[in-house]
Parts: sequence; structure tokens; C-alpha cells
Amino acid sequence: MKDTRKIDQTLNHLFRHESGKMVSVLVKIFGSENFELAEDVVQDALLSALETWKYRGMPENPKAWLYRVAKNKAIDIIRKNKHSNIIDFSDPEKQLLTSEYTLKSTMNNYWQEDYIKDDFLGMMYACCLPEISQENQVTFILKSLCGFSTKEVAKSFLTSEDTISKRLYRTKEYFRKNKIKPEIPSAEQITDRTSVVLSSIYLVFNEGYNSTHSEALIRKDLISQAMHLCKTLLDSERTQLPEVYALMALMCFHTARSEGRLTPEGGLIVLSRQDRSTWNKELIQHGKTYLYKAGFGNTFSTYHFEAAIALQHCVAKKYKDTNWKAILNYYDLMLDISKDPIVSLNRCLVILELNGPQKAFEAIEKLKGNKILENYYLYHASLGSINEQLQCTTEAINNFKRALQLTQSKREQQFLKDRIASILN
Amino acid sequence: MKDYLFIIRGGEDMSTKSPEEIQAHMKDWEIWMGGLAQKGQLVGGEPLQNEAKTLTERGTKVTDRPLAEGKELVGGYIIVKANTLDEATGLAKGCPGFEHDCSIEVREIAKM
Repeated sequence: MKDTRKIDQTLNHLFRHESGKMVSVLVKIFGSENFELAEDVVQDALLSALETWKYRGMPENPKAWLYRVAKNKAIDIIRKNKHSNIIDFSDPEKQLLTSEYTLKSTMNNYWQEDYIKDDFLGMMYACCLPEISQENQVTFILKSLCGFSTKEVAKSFLTSEDTISKRLYRTKEYFRKNKIKPEIPSAEQITDRTSVVLSSIYLVFNEGYNSTHSEALIRKDLISQAMHLCKTLLDSERTQLPEVYALMALMCFHTARSEGRLTPEGGLIVLSRQDRSTWNKELIQHGKTYLYKAGFGNTFSTYHFEAAIALQHCVAKKYKDTNWKAILNYYDLMLDISKDPIVSLNRCLVILELNGPQKAFEAIEKLKGNKILENYYLYHASLGSINEQLQCTTEAINNFKRALQLTQSKREQQFLKDRIASILN
Repeated sequence: MKDYLFIIRGGEDMSTKSPEEIQAHMKDWEIWMGGLAQKGQLVGGEPLQNEAKTLTERGTKVTDRPLAEGKELVGGYIIVKANTLDEATGLAKGCPGFEHDCSIEVREIAKM
């Protein structure tokens, strides 16, 4: 028996980084109506790897080994099905897969490095078709492109495996019925289609970054997958858009600070009390480089401003050095792009820092009655903070109590309970 | 358009070639057949193994080998679509098998 731990680690890594690419290529070969067939081939290849490597040791190039096995399995499936109507061979290139004169040579074409990259990107765009709901998009991305198990996806969204399976099924049905081909959109469509992809990537990131999860491993995994997907977009010339760089910068700035946000026991630490020496300087530097590249072009996305705000926090040596004026300006620019109530809410907190509780209260009063905010725990928690500073303790406690009812996260609940307790003492 | 059969005969023994030579040769087939496919003129086709059993005398006698040998041995077939026998013959001219001493007989598939 060879070193099983090393094999498991390598396979895990390969699974996270390569299975999505292999699935994408296989979907291109078999057609999106045969998505499960593609997933089965990848699964089989990984099982073969596990069994073979355990007895013979790991090959010199595990990735190449895995791809070769997947390719050979694909050849077997083509041979078995070339006279059935499971796979559509009507495309001239695919027709060559049906003859032994041309099968292997044609199959090799599909597995060239550049094509694999394009297929993976094409699959990202297919998963993020505007007709697919965002929760289905994100579920499908994690399962098919990031190599998450159904169980891991369920954990990521704090929902049941059953719900996840249903979402996956719906997306696959959509692919099958509409004969969706994984393709990178044309130059005219690229901006609109990329914005859908980016919001899904950001959602994955936020699932990892926000503290709703108790499981640190899953959170880290979600963050690194979101960054990996964004990096994939940046690796291709066709998808190197300013907003992609901006989102990448934003994620770097957030991730740089993620270690400092939690106590060793997993409790939340507010920004003003975080130990800034724990922030990852290298990541902040990367973020700056990305943000610089995001400045080319004539469009600014909300990611640009969110990243600019995050950067202001990153570069302030102490909390009191924070340039709130600049931050307020970015919030105003962001609201010019879209009147997002959450952004408006965060703007009130900047006013609280900059102009004090009275002005902040006036600003947050204007948001009263907004349906999204009424059910958003941070709205009530923010109102609580403002009321607390205005010495309106009864109101503040009521606000924090309402916030408590609206969050599922143990960590946030504990944080709110502590706030209430500190007012009462 | 009618269907035409290319009967490909003869050819060198590819098993003596290096993997690179075989790969390059298969690439030539891909390019040639790919061209036919792109024009919508390829129906299909397969190479054949050399071993064979031959039935003669009303199927009562079975011989463990093909009747033809060497240059006469059928090594594969391709079916294409074309309007005339001449057009089909023109299509056959690009076959990479000629580089390896093949011959091709072009026959229209008969309607009965």
C-alpha cells in the first residue's frame, strides 16, 4: 500500500481544479443533453486513479494521467454508442468521431490545453444563462465546475441535499431541452453575459466570506473557488473585462482581512477592533494590481467602487485613520449606478462615522419601510447602533432584538446578544 | 446525390511505423475525411482488420483467411455522397492511403 494520504490530497486537489474542465470538454463531445454521462466519465477516471495509484504509486504527472484515462473512457463510450442515437454526431467535426479512421485523432483535438480552457469558460457562461435562476446557477457551478459533492453544496447553502439535487436536475433539464452548447459569448454580448457570471461568482464568494457558516473548511473552499473562477476569466483575453479585474481586486481585499475578522473561537470582531497586523499584505498588494488593471476602459461597475472602498479600509493604518470622506464618495457613485437598498444602508454607517449619529439617523430614516431592509438583520442592527449612540437605549435594544430574529447564524446571534448585554450593563 | 463506396485495397503494414508516424498519418486521414464531412459528403467508413474467414461453395466451406492477399486485400471502406461517378472519383484522389501504396475502387451503390 502506497502513501494513501498523499494520494487523497492530490486527488482532492485535482478534483477541485480539473474535474470541471474535464466535464466541460466531455459535455462538448457528448452534448449537453448527456451531462450525466460526462460526469460519470470523470467520476470513473477519478476512481480508477484512486485504485491504480494505491497499488502502483502515483504517476509522475497525475494530472496528465487523469486526462488520459478520461479521454480513453470517452473513446470507449463513443465506440459503444456510435450507432445509437444517444449522442448527436451530426456536426461535421463530431462525425469524424464515428469512424476508426479518425476517432483518436479527432478526440485528441478536444483535449488540447487551449480548447479545454475555452470549454471551461463556455461552461461557466452556460451555467449562468440569464434564464437560469441565480440559486440554480450557483448550485450548478459548485457541483459541476468546482467539484463539490451534493452534500458539500447543501452545506454551503445551509439547505438539504434533496433541494440541491432538485436544482441540479432542473438545470440539466434546461440544458437538455434547449440543447445548450457551452460557448463563450460573442463580443457584443460579452459584457452583459459576464455580469451574470460575476454576480454568481460573487455570491459564491460571499457564501464563503460571510460568517453564516460554522465550518471553516467549507468557507475557505468557497472563497478559493470563487477566486479561481474569476482568475479563469482573467486568463482569457476575450473575458479580461475591467469589471472582472475589479471583482478580483475586491475579493483579494476582503480575503486579506478574513483572518482578522474572527476570534480563535470563531466569534466576530468588528472592524474597529481588528488587529490590522493580521491582514494579508501580499493579497492586498495583489488586489491593488488588479484594481489598477480594472481602471482601463470607460466603464465602472459597482465592483470598482466596492473594491475602492475595501482598499480604503486596507490602507488605513488604524481605524481612526480611515478616509470616510473618500468612502462616502464611492457610495454615492455606486448609488448612481443602481439604487441598491443594501448600499444605501451601508452609506448610513459611513455617515455615522463621518457626521455622527444624528445625521446617520436622518439618513436611515429615509430607508424606513423598504421591504428588503425590513427583513434584513443588518438594517435593524445598524439602526440599533445609531440609536445606541443617540442614547435611545430602549429603541436600540428593540432593534437588536429584531435583528436577532432575522439571522440564522450562531455567530451573529452571539454578537447581537453581546451588544444587548453591553447596553444593559 | 448518390452514395458511392470507396473500396480501399492494399497499403503498407502500419504496425512497423513509429507512434509519431502513425499519428501524423491519422492526422492526414482526419484532414481528408474532415474536408468531406465539412462539405456534407461523408457518410461514413471504417478500416478493416486483416484476418478473415471466407465462405465458399454455397457457404459450406470456410477458409481461415481472406481470398485476396497483399495489394488486393481490402483494408477499409468509405461511403461518400456525390452527383456522378467522376465527382466521387475526384473526392477519392485526396485519400492519404495513396501515400502508403493503397488503391481505391470507386463504385456507385446500386438501388435495387
